[in-house]
Amino acid sequence: MAKRVAIEGSHAASLAVKLANVDVIAAYPITPQTHIVERLAEYVANGELDAEYINVESEHSAMSACIGAAAVGARVFTATAGQGLALMHEMLYIAAGNRLPIVMAVANRSLSPNLNIWGDHTDMMGSRECGWVQLFAENAQEIFDLTLTAFKIAEDEEVLLPVVVNLDGFHLSHVIEAIEAIEPEEVAKFLPPRKIPDYALHPKRPTTWGAVGVPEIQTEIKYQLEVALRKSKEVARRVWREYGDLTGRYYDVVEPYRLGDAEVALIMMGSFCGNARDAVDLLRDKGVKAGLLKIRMFRPFPKEEIVESLRKVKAVAVVERAFSPGGVVGPLTADVKSSFYGEPERPSISGFAAGIGGREIAPTEIADAALKALKVAEEGKLDGGFEYMQVRW
Amino acid sequence: MKDKFRPTWQELPIAGIILEPGNIAESRTGDWRTGLMPRIDQEKCQRCYLCWAHCPDISIIIREDGGVEIDYYHCKGCGICVKVCPYKAIEMVEERGLG
Repeated sequence: MAKRVAIEGSHAASLAVKLANVDVIAAYPITPQTHIVERLAEYVANGELDAEYINVESEHSAMSACIGAAAVGARVFTATAGQGLALMHEMLYIAAGNRLPIVMAVANRSLSPNLNIWGDHTDMMGSRECGWVQLFAENAQEIFDLTLTAFKIAEDEEVLLPVVVNLDGFHLSHVIEAIEAIEPEEVAKFLPPRKIPDYALHPKRPTTWGAVGVPEIQTEIKYQLEVALRKSKEVARRVWREYGDLTGRYYDVVEPYRLGDAEVALIMMGSFCGNARDAVDLLRDKGVKAGLLKIRMFRPFPKEEIVESLRKVKAVAVVERAFSPGGVVGPLTADVKSSFYGEPERPSISGFAAGIGGREIAPTEIADAALKALKVAEEGKLDGGFEYMQVRW
Repeated sequence: MKDKFRPTWQELPIAGIILEPGNIAESRTGDWRTGLMPRIDQEKCQRCYLCWAHCPDISIIIREDGGVEIDYYHCKGCGICVKVCPYKAIEMVEERGLG
């Protein structure tokens, strides 16, 4: 029987990584991620985890070391946040392009300037085209479960891609919650050691990775990755079903809350989904038929699931902790809108940026966003634009 | 695979990884030449092999009989062999489609 333990969000990630029995961890400390790798360094130092812990000089090097280790066939983990992810940016593409099943935790942090260590999703959104499977956790339990299952998704032969588990800096990384872990024997059955591919780097079998991709083959190389990334949605569902059978906790790429008869639906990712459920309850108490669709998998984007879940609602309010400077709308809003373009039944969609740089988003604010989106729909408009909802005037 | 140099996305090894070592010999770098190619005057060649030692593309071939010839499939036409030959036995001439 699984033990219930009180654990900091960061350490929930560390525990999952320990249970996954990784071979190599290469990381550089950065707030608010540091606790994750600090705990892993302790595990290695104490002999609780038989892994190579590589202290590198930057996040660019952290990902480079992960790439080398994963190319040899090792099970690899790293973690970063904000500026660290930005410095890693170049290597994120190499990891995905070389089809290496690395798992990374990102304790989401606002990008500088101004110097801000607190949470929002601008770091991940800035690297969203990197070709990784991108998951967003809502609480410590999800951090644990998504991190552990990430290895199985990443290493699946139909996927072979890196997976990033996003967890909101501070709101998740530094908060202690109760979680249910699983026993090492159960993990061993669920997640056997990584199968080393024939083409893995080995002195006896020289192979060349990342050679010149001339115009005649670059399109095919990129398309291969696209096919694998799209396939990862189905694989993730399969892995999460198996994990659910083991733990009783079943996950999917999206998660509905009171959506059944909803007229207005919120779309959010990450820790503030809890507040969004409160907002839904507040609205329901006032007679507004509201609901929430939480996005757990951001890449590959769950277009079909979103369309299926929300085709009947009148209005959608996307509340995201990110924006797209000079763009049409924020990144999540843009993907939601594109998902519906061309659908015969589509709701009116409004986008909102909130929770930037660690600012709280109160349930009442989320409820306001839903009401604004509903008003736009009732005025007969399909497009509510994009609003920085917490800006002081 | 119908065309080795133009594989489909399914034919391409995962991530475009090159599985066999030493494959650069297959690359036809001879077509990088831009109009001039080196030609050896066998009468003047003294078989000192300085061109062989300097060629950056291993495109000078020493035959079994000790004579010297150029591998036009790989020679990029840089002209270093012409510069280093002490006997002026190599000159750059108009391309004749020998590559």
